[in-house]
Amino acid sequence: MNDEALAEELTVEQAIANLKQREDLGLRYYAAWWLGRFRVREPEAIATLLMALEDEKDRAPDGGYPLRRNAARALGKLGDKRAVKPLIRCLQFPDFYVREAAAQALEMLDDKSCVPTLMELLEGGVAAAGFVPGKPHLVQPYEAAIEALGTLGATEAMPLIEPFIEHPVEKVSYAAARAMYQLSGEAKYGEILIRALLGDDLQLRRSALMDLGAVGYIPAGEAIAETLAENSMKLIALKGLLETELESNPQENLSDASIKLIKLMDSLL
Amino acid sequence: MTEVRELIAAVNNADSADGLLEAVEDLAEARSPKAIPVLVEVLGYNNPGAAVAAVDGLIAIGEPVVPYLLDNLDDYNYGARAWATRVFAGVGDPRALDLLLRAAAGDFSQSVRRAAAKGLGSINWSKLEPEQAILARERVLETLLLASEDGEWVVRYAAVVGLQNLAIALFSTQPELAAQTTTRLQELIDGDPEVVIRTRARYALSNEK
Repeated sequence: MNDEALAEELTVEQAIANLKQREDLGLRYYAAWWLGRFRVREPEAIATLLMALEDEKDRAPDGGYPLRRNAARALGKLGDKRAVKPLIRCLQFPDFYVREAAAQALEMLDDKSCVPTLMELLEGGVAAAGFVPGKPHLVQPYEAAIEALGTLGATEAMPLIEPFIEHPVEKVSYAAARAMYQLSGEAKYGEILIRALLGDDLQLRRSALMDLGAVGYIPAGEAIAETLAENSMKLIALKGLLETELESNPQENLSDASIKLIKLMDSLL
Repeated sequence: MTEVRELIAAVNNADSADGLLEAVEDLAEARSPKAIPVLVEVLGYNNPGAAVAAVDGLIAIGEPVVPYLLDNLDDYNYGARAWATRVFAGVGDPRALDLLLRAAAGDFSQSVRRAAAKGLGSINWSKLEPEQAILARERVLETLLLASEDGEWVVRYAAVVGLQNLAIALFSTQPELAAQTTTRLQELIDGDPEVVIRTRARYALSNEK
């Protein structure tokens, strides 16, 4: 609430000016987020965010680049293809969180030219994909990279992605199942996500809900309705399923599968 | 009765999320009015699984829940309020009508608005004097028409479900108002930006006739 109230006090001009100045790092960081949040697509906003992507001044105690992270996230939301090349360069950047933000942004920009560089992040396979000693993250942002490859329809990456289903970090494993389902349409990958709905970890169940809704795996309807999570999230997931079903069965009379999904949604209101 | 007391103690003594869920499920199954205060308390815990079980249990107990819940609603806990609204919606007792009308039209949380909109369609009208019921259905229709313009798709979805059920009651009592539900559902079929809403409204109209 406070963030939102504060956010509305900025104007586009002010946000761009805040991002351009070099004295107050907090203002710059916030302005980058703001431009993404409010979808400011003006050329000057894009140009300033692209400059922020090269920023050297704002450094976190761990050596990371907070402003670059926020700038990358914002550029993903703005849908301007000029950001594709600079974001691809970010995938090779030493700061893990910049690479992660860049992979997520590239997923949103719907441009396949980043696929080879995303695939490079998976090099070495599961054997190389351990934790960085002393850090809470893996060597690469595997989850974000795999999800991006799935969304971008990178079928050439399937042999690289499939082994990650066996990755010991469940989020990575489910990202791989989700991407494999998107790329192959094979039910066995959808079933892996259904099994995730039965797991003990609420966060993972939530993320499986979002995955199933995003890929529209129709047979998951009942498992979604029954998993232990908020009804709001189940409804969003079922909405995704119903949309997929309506797209493949657009005729006047509703299919049995559609009616079944509608009844599940009704029961969760 | 000792058994219910033991079941209540099990809920109070649960020391893990899973343990709580199981204890609440057992207590809910007993369907005892003695369980009401404990089940209502569970609505305030941040444990969606246990809350679902508590809501089911409270709905199964039915009308005795309504006065207690109206008196003990935690106004400052959005989660608890959403679950309580689901209980009122499930029981369909007209004593909760004012609360549901207010919630559907103006609650801050979309999960509260959606539960209220659905509940407004399933009020047990036979609990009211016929004269009162006629006026109450007018107010419900007005509120559901408003909710069908909500900015959140899920609230519009719930409003469609509410309108479908209200229409069934209106056809036999106030046919001129029933026509308004049909008109609004047709508008949604023709103009809602979400395919899911257009589809749900189509399904409602085909079931209304």
